Formats: sequence, C-alpha cells, structure tokens
Amino acid sequence: MRNETDRNGMAVGDVSAAINAENVTKAFGTGKDKILALNDVTVAIEENEFFTLLGPSGCGKTTLLRLIAGFDHPTIGTIKLHGKDISHLPPYQRSINTVFQSYALFPHMTVAQNISFGLEMLGKPKSDIKETVAEMLALVKMDELRNRRTDQISGGQQQRVALARALAPKPEVLLLDEPLAALDYKLRKEMQIELKRLQHETGITFIFVTHDQEEALTMSDRIAVMEAGRILQVGTPRQIYNHPEERFVADFIGSTNFLSAEVVSISEGDAKLKLSSGKVVSVKLPSGMVPEKEVTAVVRPEYAYLHTETEKNGDLSGKLENIVYFGTDTHYHIRLPDQTLFVTRRQNQREDAETFAVGLNVDIAFKPNSIQILRD
Amino acid sequence: MKGNVVLVSNLEADAQRRATRRSWLLSAPALLVLFFAASGPLLIVLVYSFLTSGEYGGIVWKFSTEAWFNVVFIRDIFDDSLGLADAHLRILWRSTKLSFITTAATLAIGFPTAYFIATRPRKSRNIWLFLVTIPFWTNLLIRTFAILEVIRNKGLVNMLLLKMGIIDSPIQMIFTDFAILVGMTYVYLPLMVLPLYASMERLDFNLVEAAYDLYATRAKVLWRVIIPLVKPGIVAGSILVFIPSLGAFVIPRVLGGGKKMMLGNLIELQFGAGRNWPLGAALSITLLSIVMIALLFYVRNMQNDTDGPR
Repeated sequence: MRNETDRNGMAVGDVSAAINAENVTKAFGTGKDKILALNDVTVAIEENEFFTLLGPSGCGKTTLLRLIAGFDHPTIGTIKLHGKDISHLPPYQRSINTVFQSYALFPHMTVAQNISFGLEMLGKPKSDIKETVAEMLALVKMDELRNRRTDQISGGQQQRVALARALAPKPEVLLLDEPLAALDYKLRKEMQIELKRLQHETGITFIFVTHDQEEALTMSDRIAVMEAGRILQVGTPRQIYNHPEERFVADFIGSTNFLSAEVVSISEGDAKLKLSSGKVVSVKLPSGMVPEKEVTAVVRPEYAYLHTETEKNGDLSGKLENIVYFGTDTHYHIRLPDQTLFVTRRQNQREDAETFAVGLNVDIAFKPNSIQILRD
Repeated sequence: MKGNVVLVSNLEADAQRRATRRSWLLSAPALLVLFFAASGPLLIVLVYSFLTSGEYGGIVWKFSTEAWFNVVFIRDIFDDSLGLADAHLRILWRSTKLSFITTAATLAIGFPTAYFIATRPRKSRNIWLFLVTIPFWTNLLIRTFAILEVIRNKGLVNMLLLKMGIIDSPIQMIFTDFAILVGMTYVYLPLMVLPLYASMERLDFNLVEAAYDLYATRAKVLWRVIIPLVKPGIVAGSILVFIPSLGAFVIPRVLGGGKKMMLGNLIELQFGAGRNWPLGAALSITLLSIVMIALLFYVRNMQNDTDGPR
C-alpha cells in the first residue's frame, strides 16, 4: 500500500476538501461476470479546484464521476462532500450538478426553461429564478437564444446551455463528463478557455473527466491519472508530465523514451544510474522510493540533444534512422546499440538548415535533471 | 437560348406529369380497397339512416328523418308527446363512460408495464413484448368467456374469497358495468402497452438522470420529464383503446349479459330483433362521430407538439 498522504501532499479525509473518496470500490455484475470498475480508490479533491480524471476508456473515470453524482453507489467505501458522507444519497439530495457528455438537454423545453429547471425543483421563488436564469444566460452568452428549442441551436450552443443549466443552482461541485468530446477541434479549444473562465468566475469546484491528455494538461489545476479502476498518480500538470511515477502515466501522457538502467549507488534521495551505454548519470529519486537494481528511466524527447558522434560527450549514442519534420519542431529517431528506439525533438528555427542526415552516428545528451525513474 | 429554356420547362412539366400519373397508379389498389370496403359501405349506412324502416326489417326507399329523431327523442305511442329517449341516452352515456374508464385503467396499468419493459436490457425486451402480445393469439370471444369464468358467481375469484373466509356469499360481478370494465381493460391492454413502449424505448434515459441531478424527486421526474416526452405514446394508446371500447360488442354482450348494453349492442339490436335498420344506421353514424371527435382531439394535440413549447 502506498502512502496517499505523501503522494497527494495532503491528508486523506480532510474536511476542507470538497470531495473525499475513501477506499471506494465499485463492482458491477456478480460471480464470474463481476467487474471491478473501481478498485480501492482514495482521492481528495480540494475546494475551488479544477480537477481532472484522466484515463483511457474503461479506466473507471466515468464510474467515479457517477458515484460522486449519485447515479450509482459505491459497493465499498465512502464518498464525502465537505466532510459529510453522501455515499448513498440520491442525486437530488446532493448539491452537485453534472454536465453530461450528450448534454441531455430537455427537448420539450426552451433554453431558458432548461436553465430554470433545477432552480424550480429546489423551490426557489419566481423572482430569484428569473434573476439567476438571466445571469446564467449572460454568463454563457446565450441571452439572444433564450426562447429557442434545444434542437434549434448548434452543438456548441447546446454545450453552453448544458453548462448554464448545471451552474444555475450554484452547486458545491460541478461534474463534467467529457463535455467537449462532441465538438470540433476549434470549438473545443474555445470551450477549454471558456470552461477555465467559468470555473474562475464562479469559484465552484470542477471535476472534469476526459481521455484527452492535452485537454487535461491545459485546463487542470490537478490531474488524477486512472487505469483499470485505480488512480495511479495525482498531481499538477507539471508534476504529471515531468515526474511520472508509473510506466502507464509516462506512456499515456505525452511521448517519452523508456530506458533500462542499473542502479549503482543510492544516497539521500539521489541515485547513480548506469545507462546501457555504460555512462553513469545522477538522478533524483521520487519521494519514498527504494529502487531495485534494475530500473526503468524515462526521458522526454525535448529534454535530449543530438550531437555528431565526433564530439564524444553524449549520454547515449546510436545511429540516426529517421528525421521527421513537423513544422514547429523536428523529430529524430535514433536506434541505440541495444536496438531500442530513442526519439529526440528539437524546436525549429526559421532559417535552420538540417545539420543531421539519416545514417549518421550521433550522440544523445540529456539536459540536466531530465531523467525520471519509474516505480515498476 | 430562349427556345432552350422553353424546351427545358416543357421537359420538366412532362416529367412532373409522368410522376403524378405513376403515383396515382401505385396508390390505385389501396384507393380501390378503401372505396369499396370503407367509404362505399359507410355511404350506404349514411343513406339508410335517412330512409324509412320496413315492417319486417330492411328499408323502404322513402326519405325520412325519423331515425335521426329517434336517436335522441321518443314519441309516445298514445298521445304523440315528445320525450327524451332515456334508454338510448343511458346507453350512450354508459358507452362513453366505460370507454373513458377503460382508457384510464389501461393507461394506469400499461404505463408502468411499458416503463418496465423499456428499462430491461435490450435482449430481454423482446421476450416481454412477446408475452404482451400472446393474448392476441386467442379469439376474442374465448378470451371474454375466460374472464366470465374467472369472475362469475361460482368462478375462481368468488371461490377463493369464500374459501379464505373474506366473504360469506359470492359477489355479483358478472352482468354489471364492472364486469364489462374488467373485460375491456384486459382485452385492450396490449393496445395501450405497445404504443407506450414504442415511445418509451426512444426516451433518452440520460434526461431522467439529468432531472434527478437537477434536484427533481421521482414524482417530479415523472411529471416534468417522462410524461411530456412519452405523450405521443400516451395519446396514441388512449385513442387505440378508446375507439374499440366505444364500439365494443362482444364483451358487453357476454359480460353485461344483455342487461348492460353499450352502443354496439344497441346497434346490433336495431338490425336484428328491433327491425329498425334506419335507426341502427343513425346510431352507427353517431358512434362514428364520437370517434371522429376523439381523433380530431388527437390530431390537434400532435400539431401542438410539433409547434414547439409555448
């Protein structure tokens, strides 16, 4: 069992947290067909945070969201909202609203009626409802379409209405289930910024589910990477990108190079690693980690430089196999002597001439402190 | 250049004419059947209702509004004074009342049934639907007699209640309005369940979750989201049940025992023992008018729906 306190940087069961999931397990089916959609998940989501659950489909992120919303209930474990156990409350007794992937706007109501629905159900006075609906319509810039039917507006507009509808009752937590998945690329970029703005303006805790790593990196305060019903790592986008602790996290987010290395010595959180080239490099150990002799180290492509072999100062050396021009940058594919492929990335300059050629023997040098050791 | 334009427009007109002719040809069989099997006979009934009744049944070709008059009024045999045809009005009232109650009862039973089926896993839905349609395999008369067997004085229900000591003597259920209601509700229930299921199956259950999420309790979700969205199914099912209920003939005959007549029985009586074909025809047209009014209501309701929310 890993120490959650260390990894999240905060105590589990913190009352100040907006949402606490404690040892939550959710099983579907029985007997042989039993599937653990969530397997002993513990996570604390802070007040006023843009928190993202990131993972491939089937990793349990939507299940966790549905448990927080109240559409399903945990098999084992508790979910707390501001310290209060809500595990078995129905959705209509939780101050939590959801933006659905399909938007789920009521087709028999207008835009304004959709937005006022939650407020009506809460029994708010008419004047308050009118005021809040006007406020919400202005917030998502949909005032002119307030009397349209929901099938008479575009996908992006439906998205805004769904947001306004979920925000109108001023929930303590807003859940967003891949809300941008159905939008085209440009609109998605716009909505990413829009969502950040809304979260900032309303001060509501957002829990955002996505399988899109770029979306997660650009929008989140913190990200939880999930796989097979477990949370593998929680951290800020920078922590997740630069200090992945598991092979899955390193692989799922961005592209990376995996190197097998041998631990030569350990001293006070530092370790000396012997790479396949025989070169020994110094590496900071992830907190609380006691590495075995054989470890996997990862280096992001942009943290490695190429040199022509004659300079003889690289950490690794190999043969340049492919050069791929991407406009913003160029990727170099290098075959190492142990047959693994190593990719480096260099930002292009406008007047650059290509200094490397396929077939050349090259040295690879790492930027200082760019190697991360995985726990596996 | 101009000549070409004229030519093109001629060609277009030609093509249009051909298309029109073809569509008439294609619909000809349906139109023929409709005319000879529906409109034609209906026209005969309408004509008969304005003729005089023959002494031994049939009609005499002499114009008369007597039959229409007799639908609502009655002329005293001795002093020719006018009175309301109580018996007719009572039957008309009973028919309408029982049809409405039957519609309400099938809706009350059919709605949860359809909801249940629509929320089953896709595979087992077909099995449930199949079970709903099984009664259609048996003749209506036999099904009606089966009901009679269940609720008659020495029938299943009374025997059970007697055995359990809940009642001392059998409850008179057959030959009452209640018996007719039970029969019609049982027989017409599938006609309610099927259209209801059809619209519930299309219902996006995300909307139900969205409503729960927005603080709607179960009852509120039902009234504000589910019912408005399956309204077409409710209206279609109600029409499908109401119309045959209004004209029901076998069920009131068997379960009402001839004492509790409905419109269908009254009409049959006029063509049979009553030997008053014009009156029978007039009553038939009356029945048809009620149905038409119900359908008009349905059509207007559907139009409102496509007009969008008000």
